[in-house]
Amino acid sequence: MSPRAAWQLETMGFTEVYDFVDGKIAWMVNGLGVEGKGPHFSMAGEVASKEGVHACVVGTTVQASAREMEARDDSFCLVLNNEGIVLGRLRKKHLDPGSNALVETVMETGPTTVRPIEPAKPLLERMDKHNVPAMVVTTKKGKLVGVARRKDLRGLVEES
Amino acid sequence: MPREINLPGLQKLLQPGDVQLIEVLPENEYEEEHLPGSINIPLKSMNPSSVSSLDRSLVTVVYCWDDI
Repeated sequence: MSPRAAWQLETMGFTEVYDFVDGKIAWMVNGLGVEGKGPHFSMAGEVASKEGVHACVVGTTVQASAREMEARDDSFCLVLNNEGIVLGRLRKKHLDPGSNALVETVMETGPTTVRPIEPAKPLLERMDKHNVPAMVVTTKKGKLVGVARRKDLRGLVEES
Repeated sequence: MPREINLPGLQKLLQPGDVQLIEVLPENEYEEEHLPGSINIPLKSMNPSSVSSLDRSLVTVVYCWDDI
């Protein structure tokens, strides 16, 4: 929507026009203040973090990834391409730690993800119901934003 | 040609001020929450009349929900 608006303004004689491509969501999930009457709601993106998230890129061997998961005591690893797009997930319990296969050949494809704007409270309720400890948060184009952990979501919901 | 700007770029641009910030989403979405200091001109009603109060020589930034 905003790209068309930017072009339209330029057509109408505006000389220096910018399209803020990250948009209102990026502003909000980064905790920057907004104006308006609400309703304001907490969003998954507010607690999504890459810190402590184990990710490997396509082309990595299962062996290498399993070794790192073991060292970090991680239960899963996200598989990304070189653009940071989430392609799949490896679960430690499903891996043969000695395998030389590439991660993309054994990963679970299409892990469930949510967008940063996903309302935190209903997401937390779903995660509680299904005992999901963490949810992968991506952009609409599939780029990893981070992982929203259930404990962090709970803190966010209780705070708001 | 309109230029794309990301969040850090926008924050930098806003520091000195003199920026016209326009949310192009529908009015109800603007009323719920919008960037401080922004005005609302929904894309559907963007025309010479609705932008007549703006200064065409100033830096102008438009935004909608996201590309995030």
